[in-house]
Amino acid sequence: MNPYIANTEHDVRAMLDVIGVKSIDALFADIKPAHAPRSFDLPGGLSEFEVMERLRLLASKNTGALVPFIGGGYYDHYVPAACPAIIARGEFYTAYTPYQPECAQGTLQALFEYQSGICTLTGMDVANASLYDGGTALYEAMMMAIRITGRRKVVMDGGVNPIYRKLIRSYTHNLHFEFVETPVVHGQSDRAAIAKLLDKDTAAVIIQNPNFFGTVDDHADIAELARAAGALSIASVYPVALGLLKTPAEMGIDIVTGEGQSLGLPLNFGGPYLGFMAARKKYIRQMPGRIVGETVDAQGRRCFVNTLQAREQHIRREKATSNICTNVALCATQASVFMSLLGKQGLRQLAQLNLDKAEFARQELGKIKGVEVKRSSPSFNEFTVSLPKNAADVVEAMIPRGFAAGFPLGRYYTGMDDYLLVAVTEKRTRGEIVAYAKAMAEVLA
Amino acid sequence: MKLIFEKSSSGRQGFKLPASDVPLKATLADKYLRKVPAELPEVSELDVVRHFTQLSQKNFSVDANFYPLGSCTMKYNAKFTEKAAAMPGFADLHPLLPQLKGGERYVQGALEVLFDCEKWLAEITGMKAFTMQPLAGAHGELTGIMLMAAYHKARGNKKKYVIIPDSAHGTNPASAAVAGYEIISVPSDKKGGMDIDKLKAVLTDEVAGLMMTSPDTHGVFNSSISEIAALIHAVDGIMYYDGANLNATMGRCRPGDIGFDVVHLNLHKTFGTPHGGGGPGSGPVGVGAKLEKFLPISRVIKRQDGSFALDYDQPDSIGYIASFYGNFAIILRAYAYMLLLGADGLKQTSDHAVLNANYILSRLKGHYQAAFDRICMHECLFSASRQTERGVHAIDIAKFLIDQRIHPPTVYFPLTVKEAIMIEPTETESKETMDVFVEAMIRADALTKTDPGSFHHLPLTMPISRPDETKAAREMNVNFFAPKA
Amino acid sequence: MEIVQHYLYTKEHEWISIEDGVGIVGITEYAQSALGDITFVELPKVDAEVEQFEQFTALESVKSASDIFSPMSGRITEVNEELSEDPGLINRSCYDKGWIAKIEVSDMDEASNLMTGAEYESYLESLGRGGDPDSDE
Repeated sequence: MNPYIANTEHDVRAMLDVIGVKSIDALFADIKPAHAPRSFDLPGGLSEFEVMERLRLLASKNTGALVPFIGGGYYDHYVPAACPAIIARGEFYTAYTPYQPECAQGTLQALFEYQSGICTLTGMDVANASLYDGGTALYEAMMMAIRITGRRKVVMDGGVNPIYRKLIRSYTHNLHFEFVETPVVHGQSDRAAIAKLLDKDTAAVIIQNPNFFGTVDDHADIAELARAAGALSIASVYPVALGLLKTPAEMGIDIVTGEGQSLGLPLNFGGPYLGFMAARKKYIRQMPGRIVGETVDAQGRRCFVNTLQAREQHIRREKATSNICTNVALCATQASVFMSLLGKQGLRQLAQLNLDKAEFARQELGKIKGVEVKRSSPSFNEFTVSLPKNAADVVEAMIPRGFAAGFPLGRYYTGMDDYLLVAVTEKRTRGEIVAYAKAMAEVLA
Repeated sequence: MKLIFEKSSSGRQGFKLPASDVPLKATLADKYLRKVPAELPEVSELDVVRHFTQLSQKNFSVDANFYPLGSCTMKYNAKFTEKAAAMPGFADLHPLLPQLKGGERYVQGALEVLFDCEKWLAEITGMKAFTMQPLAGAHGELTGIMLMAAYHKARGNKKKYVIIPDSAHGTNPASAAVAGYEIISVPSDKKGGMDIDKLKAVLTDEVAGLMMTSPDTHGVFNSSISEIAALIHAVDGIMYYDGANLNATMGRCRPGDIGFDVVHLNLHKTFGTPHGGGGPGSGPVGVGAKLEKFLPISRVIKRQDGSFALDYDQPDSIGYIASFYGNFAIILRAYAYMLLLGADGLKQTSDHAVLNANYILSRLKGHYQAAFDRICMHECLFSASRQTERGVHAIDIAKFLIDQRIHPPTVYFPLTVKEAIMIEPTETESKETMDVFVEAMIRADALTKTDPGSFHHLPLTMPISRPDETKAAREMNVNFFAPKA
Repeated sequence: MEIVQHYLYTKEHEWISIEDGVGIVGITEYAQSALGDITFVELPKVDAEVEQFEQFTALESVKSASDIFSPMSGRITEVNEELSEDPGLINRSCYDKGWIAKIEVSDMDEASNLMTGAEYESYLESLGRGGDPDSDE
């Protein structure tokens, strides 16, 4: 018997007697012989030790040794030990959605604190209890704007993460939306192109800050253009950058989403991550996903519940705001632990450290002949450089030298084969950055 | 209990950052900067750890409590799978690495995990191919419906409707609607299964497919499944299998063998990955041969030399449904779980899940109205109709159980049964634990006869009593920093 | 169950009271008690044209949502703004202060598709015991 089944032969006999059947097989009488599996052939049946050894072997086939200068929206930040320690508590990770608030106040209060943290970080009024990841959160924000405005055209800035844009195109393929992308000019949103496209059919303008090229911008003017056209503005943001950067609320943005991986979650080869969403209060009823609200119990004590559930699929079914059922409660809790550890000063310091190290790396790369690091607007911890060679080839040549040197923009942007996107977090030391620039100089020589 | 923000004291910090080792301090122009810092709490590391530890103690969880939440498969989550997911070789892996030229070489172990998981899930379900990308069950449903739509589009079919039984999870109609279909709901017959005559009555050439949970949310395996599949296929419809209840039938029946064309599974239900207080989950999708070419980008492939790669060249694909390759750390846990159990262990899992549910059904049916008087699969469904006549509702019985340190079963779902109480013990619970639960349920029933009024103040032993949900919904205080209503 | 005899009723438990070609619309005692504490009223837009038995607004309670259908066709001339601040008004006074909208009725003949107070009363009896609106997964 496997270690996760407690029933002994004695138990099984006693239980079958109570049920009044002779064998476990009799319980499956509704499954006719014609329904039997044609095969059921699997490896396994290993011991815990053997499984762990096999996994260790597989893990060793992945590289752990490359010094990462690769980002693209997913960053190699340090994860404080308290983050995994807290969410490793079985009371958090082996609970389910807080359907019964009396025995789930831990999860509910943690999510309320998470929502509050996202609100103060973005400056927005309300936040939900999380969505799958940054990409799906942006899609949900777009659908939310379509519901709110009753319009069906969306203007998307080309500086938005290209993977998010591909994803949104796939999702809306069967729905009748007009979806227009505007170019990026000198690393920035093309204001003139956006202004020209905004009309009475436009539901939303979607931008990203910093954008995929790393450019930091003030999108207040774009938010204003959207408002004047009766459309909503949506921003996808990078939470660590908000330690310093102007908040979406200060820019007048209506709906904010983002990838929360940088708030204390490991890279995990793509997931689980954390999609966050915040908005102005007047849009809360069109917000998808779970929302935790404050209330009082029968004795008047403060407590927390899932609220505004009438928007959700288990009540509205096909009329729900979204088909989403779960959030990523555990990831949201982990992000909340991270935000609490860093605190008001720590997050600002972390952002400054990222900014400084990236600037240092940019200057070091700028010393290399043929590398162009000039830019028309500032960046945060990621920036674009142009190389005298194909960037994908350069990155390939940097791997044996021990570096994941960045992300070649030619993969997603035509005509940008020589451009490299370089990310530098607080974890990169001066020594690593100098060595990276030296290796780059050798590869380019 | 205070919020973490209310424990803040100016000047405290719970994490030490490295000092800057670069010889510059960069600045940004004022117009790019926030005016005031985010009001995150200023607390020490101990403050944070104690706060969250105390919060955790207010939760019921599988580790601490029997948690027979019907339709959620709250089985025990093996500890070693947590350790597996945290291995540095996996946890530190950047998702863009394989997209670099030659980068696939550096993620071979991770790609092998994905490849094997796809293969094993295909074998378990009898499907041709899988994608591990969907990030949760509902996300898998949406993916499955998009595959259905792509199939019909490629065939030039004009389809409008998806048929869904009334007993289905709410995510089914919501997913089909998000993908652009209209919903036709079909009622169940008296034995809890789908009413085939009613199905025939709504079946037209405009039906894109049927979404079914098998066994269904009534805990019933539909013996007429092959007949239903034949009817749907006759109009070139797609049979969609919602894998919410796969834990009942592993090794006994595979959806692919009985006529299903597309399935989604919930790794957080059947394959032992934790529920996380409501996610993250993982909802892989499997397809038969006729839908394979539509699977999302990218596909994991094995080259002739035995190495693994990601194939982005999928001209018929529905495109991108996730940013990367799925919730990899969740998939890794399921991988470890499957490797340990193997085929025999998975079959035992279903056998004991069904045995346990029938044991509870048999012991309780004298006290509570069984919704359907027959053998059940991995969950048993009651109605608190008798107790309701005495003024005690399903929700009151749920609150009674909380005081017994038992997480309540699912109540008021499925919608087809009044005052529903849906109990799913899972295979990991012992007879002794179930006996404690059964005795508590019997005591609750007895109390409905002697003192029904006493239920309305329950629970008495929790950090809070029943919350005022109306106040929460009317005032919408969802952010500590917002001015209070 | 309270019923106002001179109002007209739909099978979906809306009422309409018509005077000088303008109908006041609300939901019945049966509907409000089945919904429980109403937490939100999605007010229809003034000047919108509605068709008889077409959905024109929705109500939410803690754990359920209910579409509201217009008893007659016409143009919406006024909505009860007080409901945005105090949706509980419908629970406290469903036939009076908790009215939802006023409609300029375009076709008086449609009234024959509605039930009188007495007919609605026997309709309610035919439904038997009311369902419990609670639902949760």
